[in-house]
Amino acid sequence: MSTLHTVNKSPFDRRALESCLRLATKGSAVLLFEDGVYGAMKGTEKSAIVEKALGDVSIYVLGADMKARGVDTSKLIDGIKVVDYKGFVDLTVENDKVNAWL
Amino acid sequence: MKFGIQINEGPYNHEASVSALNFVRAALDAGHEIFRVFFYHDGVNNGTRYTTPPQDDINIVNSWSELAEKHNLDLVVCVAAAQRRGIVDEGEQERNGKDGNNIAPGFRISGLGQLIEAGIQSDRLVVFGD
Repeated sequence: MSTLHTVNKSPFDRRALESCLRLATKGSAVLLFEDGVYGAMKGTEKSAIVEKALGDVSIYVLGADMKARGVDTSKLIDGIKVVDYKGFVDLTVENDKVNAWL
Repeated sequence: MKFGIQINEGPYNHEASVSALNFVRAALDAGHEIFRVFFYHDGVNNGTRYTTPPQDDINIVNSWSELAEKHNLDLVVCVAAAQRRGIVDEGEQERNGKDGNNIAPGFRISGLGQLIEAGIQSDRLVVFGD
């Protein structure tokens, strides 16, 4: 039983990403989209939490929402994978449940 | 696979409605079925045909109506959230003695049971919004 967790708010705005990463079980997938893409950037004060979580969960980021915010792939934390909307749909299919951290 | 979609934000809160539109389009393109789209809380504001954005703006309400017509989508607006925010169809107009209605084409007003049913009948329920 695997879960896809979606986070659509910036970690500098709300605690959703931190709560998600604290509670997501090993083998879960996490998709960062909308303002949530800021959580995928390296060199920020939240990066360490995300880098640490990458050992246990797979983290994805929505490319269109990165582009809309001027976040280049070169700014991403190593190990985070970029997906498009088709990839977003595939993630919801590959995992048994989808949990939105609103 | 069968999807239920829940949208909790209006077209001008953040970007939940556009994200959901893109997700639904991608799911349909991949051959999946959309069992229902349920508009809850401020999400009911996606269902008024009186929305008139500037012409060079994306018209999110029309986008939903057009997508619904093309793919025969079931777009359901929560009745209690709609009453609070002035989203009215003919039935609600008559029931509440209003002087008009504003529901957009392809949308219908119904109750929370429709969300529960979408959760039961769909393989995945994907929630967008605040």
